[in-house]
Amino acid sequence: MTTLTVNGTEYPLDLADPRVTLLDALRDRLDLTGTKKGCDQGACGACTVLCDGRRILACLTLAAQCDGREITTIEGLESHPLQDAFVRHDAFQCGYCTSGQIMSAVALLGENRAGTDADIREYMSGNLCRCGAYSNIVAAVREVARHA
Amino acid sequence: MHEFRYERPATVAEAIRAVAHDPEADFLAGGTTEVDLMKDGVFHPDLLVDITRLPLRGVRRDGTMLQVGALTTMEELASDRTLMERAPFVVEALLRGASVQLRNMATIGGNLLQRTRCRYFRDPAVPACNKREPGSGCEAVNSVARMHAILGASPACIALHASDLAVALVALDAVVHIQSEEGERLVPLTQFYLMPGETPDRENVLRHGELITAVDIPLPPEGTRSIYLKIRDRASYEFALASAAIAVIMDGPVIKEARVAMGGVGTIPWRGFEAEEVLREAPATPDTFRSAADGTIRDPFIVPGTAFKVELAKRTLIRALTEVTS
Repeated sequence: MTTLTVNGTEYPLDLADPRVTLLDALRDRLDLTGTKKGCDQGACGACTVLCDGRRILACLTLAAQCDGREITTIEGLESHPLQDAFVRHDAFQCGYCTSGQIMSAVALLGENRAGTDADIREYMSGNLCRCGAYSNIVAAVREVARHA
Repeated sequence: MHEFRYERPATVAEAIRAVAHDPEADFLAGGTTEVDLMKDGVFHPDLLVDITRLPLRGVRRDGTMLQVGALTTMEELASDRTLMERAPFVVEALLRGASVQLRNMATIGGNLLQRTRCRYFRDPAVPACNKREPGSGCEAVNSVARMHAILGASPACIALHASDLAVALVALDAVVHIQSEEGERLVPLTQFYLMPGETPDRENVLRHGELITAVDIPLPPEGTRSIYLKIRDRASYEFALASAAIAVIMDGPVIKEARVAMGGVGTIPWRGFEAEEVLREAPATPDTFRSAADGTIRDPFIVPGTAFKVELAKRTLIRALTEVTS
């Protein structure tokens, strides 16, 4: 039996068939649907979660590989200032990429890399937004980074 | 996805044994290429041997060399202070090579073994791909091509080697440690990759059951200047159309020593030995740079979609040389 620790809670997981990605385990087995499936091939960043504090793509990670790891998803954030900033800056339209954007930005703040707008764009470049809300996403991240 | 079994052995020896004794087994590290290609139906191993928790992680300084454990992530290597000081172009290649999410997953050993982005290779619905199905032909040569190779390519295969890191590492004469049940062997990265020739399915000298355990990066002498210039269709998070990794030692206006490699153009990370010969003991002038570029991009194999790369690659090299020597 594999054990996934997600947002502080331990979940036993039957992976007799190991073809389960972390993304599918979160959404289909644990009913944590905040993490989104965009491209499902590591190109869009919608499935970004934290694994032991580092941002990764849940779609290219096998759930079995996360045995004993600490996973943090958007559901694990407790009214993070970035969530508030995304709302106030209107940093989305359809919202599908937003949980990935926020998880990526949470990690970015921890990496101390949000120095300039150019840095924010570079270090958020693994998160695509088909609605093109980029300028407002940068504004939201910038605001939280300045007040951090 | 094809069904497979998953194992996580506790030691390197057990992992190697598990793969060596099953012809349909594969090692699994960061998974950023492998899991993707399994979903696409290009890879279909029966057994995945997860090596991510084996003690092959970390960077160690050994005199004038960095020894990098194969399971060190791209992000970890990019934050190594010695590498930043002595060979910043390797760090640039790492940072331009993938998003932070991918860099946190992808390992150095895996990066060297990443598979081509050729869309015909990655789509099993395309019947002709000599790399995927030996002897079936090459769809890329006859169809739409753009992100493809012009050097080391042939009518049998124009698939590009897409790594940025490997380009900087071939310039520095990095050495790959390869472990098997028989023992360890060391292979210079410049001799690690195989050009497609008649066997595009064979991309490197690794045999089944062999595992990359470490990569030695010789540090260039202090005072070396370096650059990794990557030209691409968008500002970030994109593969190279052309890239240049250059390290030079200058003596006033004269280039004493030069290392040159190019990405985005070759079926393998392309070492520019001809350019290095032109540059050594030559004045850093536009004429020198143009001859270095002409020497590197020689006898390209082009299709209509890749013809633009000949001049683009030369200008990339010239611009990188201009920046690094000025």
